[in-house]
Amino acid sequence: MTETVYVGLDMGASRTKVAVIDHQGRLLGHAVKKSGIDFGATAALCLDASLEMAGVTRSQIGDAVATGYGRNNVDFVTEKNKTEIGCHARGCHQQFSGAITIIDIGGQDNKLIKLDERGRRSSFKMNRKCAAGTGAFLEEMSSRLDIPLEEMNNLARQATEMIKLGSYCTVFSATEVLENIRHGKPVADIIRGIFYSMIQRVLEMDSLTDKVVLSGGVVAHNPYLVEMTEELIGRPVLLPEFPQLTGAYGAALYALDGTKT
Amino acid sequence: MAADKQPQRKKIEATGQMMKIMSDYFYDLNDAAKSDERKVAWCTSVGPAELLRAMGFAVHFPENHAAMLGATRMATELIPEANTIGYSPDICSYLTADIGAYLKGSSPLAKAYPGIEGPPKPDVLVYNTNQCRDVQDWFSWYAKELDVPCIGITSPKNFTDVSEILIDDVTRQIEALIPTLEEVSGKKLDPQKLRETVALSRECTELWRQVLETAAATPAPLTFFDGTIHMGPAVVLRGTQQAVDYYQQLLAELQQRIADQVAAVDGEKHRIYWEGMPVWGRLRQHSELFSELQASVLVSTYCSSWVFPDFDAEQPIRSMAKAYLGLFIVRSDAYKEEYIKQMLKKFQIDGIIYHDAKTCPCNSNSRYGMPQRLEEETGIPSLVISGDLNDLRCVSDEQTRTNVEAFIEQLEEK
Ligand code: SF4
Repeated sequence: MTETVYVGLDMGASRTKVAVIDHQGRLLGHAVKKSGIDFGATAALCLDASLEMAGVTRSQIGDAVATGYGRNNVDFVTEKNKTEIGCHARGCHQQFSGAITIIDIGGQDNKLIKLDERGRRSSFKMNRKCAAGTGAFLEEMSSRLDIPLEEMNNLARQATEMIKLGSYCTVFSATEVLENIRHGKPVADIIRGIFYSMIQRVLEMDSLTDKVVLSGGVVAHNPYLVEMTEELIGRPVLLPEFPQLTGAYGAALYALDGTKT
Repeated sequence: MAADKQPQRKKIEATGQMMKIMSDYFYDLNDAAKSDERKVAWCTSVGPAELLRAMGFAVHFPENHAAMLGATRMATELIPEANTIGYSPDICSYLTADIGAYLKGSSPLAKAYPGIEGPPKPDVLVYNTNQCRDVQDWFSWYAKELDVPCIGITSPKNFTDVSEILIDDVTRQIEALIPTLEEVSGKKLDPQKLRETVALSRECTELWRQVLETAAATPAPLTFFDGTIHMGPAVVLRGTQQAVDYYQQLLAELQQRIADQVAAVDGEKHRIYWEGMPVWGRLRQHSELFSELQASVLVSTYCSSWVFPDFDAEQPIRSMAKAYLGLFIVRSDAYKEEYIKQMLKKFQIDGIIYHDAKTCPCNSNSRYGMPQRLEEETGIPSLVISGDLNDLRCVSDEQTRTNVEAFIEQLEEK
């Protein structure tokens, strides 16, 4: 039997994500790759990888929706697009009922989106003005410390203290980090301070409602951020099964929704 | 989203006439600067232009020149020139663009009007700090550079009601300008001429109000983006018959549009209020972005700032003081919020966009909790976009597009 599937493509400035779902909204396949400079080619690679995982071919695609920074560059896959704000909202609402605040921490930006009980957006904030609070900040710090990105999470966990950074600015923060190293401060404590700075920048963007969902690639790769957020806001946060795929999943749901109306 | 739709920009027929009177105005300024008899005054946008005009000065508005630098996208190249002499990239980018243009010897006037090299050389500089302190700093720089007198009004600020005490204060400050102006012009102020000028200003701004209020119709016949172009005469020619004639013509055209149900934005679905300054270098892109989304940005605080119901020919100076104090920008947030609430009602607004202009805090009303307060009171959602009036280094097109599209999606979910 040839099943019809629905595709969501989230072309972020840093990573491209694809989700393939069935007519009931179940995730069948997915893929994540570095967006690179040829958005079209990366989109095609991700699409084929996720279709393969789902065990289907391109001819079975019922509809597709693109989102994210490069959403207008992928006409060959889909002409339809929605903003990443909309797709993150849609993806999270599917997984968590009731009114929620979504905190999405991406490679190049972060978003704070509030949804009412019916999943309608009541407000959103987006930061793309600077690297503060984004994955780009973490990448910069990892390269300054000469510690691979993947190791940052575990090191932060090993910290016994936290050395807080005083500045918003990535360049000033980098100087502060180097200064701390010169003074012989433990690297783990510095990294915990870096995580703290990131999450603090995001929490400053808006007030939160009761239920908070964390999503985005940075969260997916750094579970320590989740713990730290919980500590800072004083309550548990909700985490999607695939935090990095929320936008792509939401886009796929929009593709599915479109066929129903 | 809906990127497939090609928005149609509907041309306002009166535009040709506006270009002509603006051109006449710039050539007249240029002639005045070259003649021995006529004197040139530079004036801030809501400075005592009525007084200057009545005393026979040709009046140049540096803010208008700076906005032209923005609209022609020359500003971003020129701002660093002023930065290097100590004027920070964080302060008014009208100031930095205009001083930068002077230092570089370049001007959009030279490109648009053959025979004109740049702004007219002033004989006197006259400011009013009702809008911000930057205008005083800006004019003071030229005063030193060109060795001309710089005088002005230091305005009270952040008040809710325009009280008699404040009016007394500004009235006296305006009166105190007269001796210097008489000395520079070599003429005595003719009170009758002042009354006539104030009467013409009143008429001009009254017509301008009616023009802007045509946008209360559904669909709206004009947008904020049209307004930023057509406000030219209200800014630089208030107090003249040409401006009055022009707005009569424009008003008639817009009334005809209403009668014919002509929409400025085809298929208008969302009615948007714009709070803050335009991004001059992105007027066309922003206008197209909203039309693609069938959103009509139809009213703004900015364009409405040149409506001065207080001008009164019977009390020329006192009413000037009242008008300059009545300006939105100089008032408290309590006043501003009441004003915006009335506008939201009158124009049946679905959403508000606040432009947080990096270099103009006075025109960026999103920094002290206003969007949150107004949203709570009216239930009308809002979006803050980061940008700038002139410095495109502070503008992210991608960010603006995503934010605006997401905002319209949000309105559609309502
Ligand atoms: S109000 Fe803003 S844009 Fe206008 S002169 Fe002052 S700082 Fe510049």
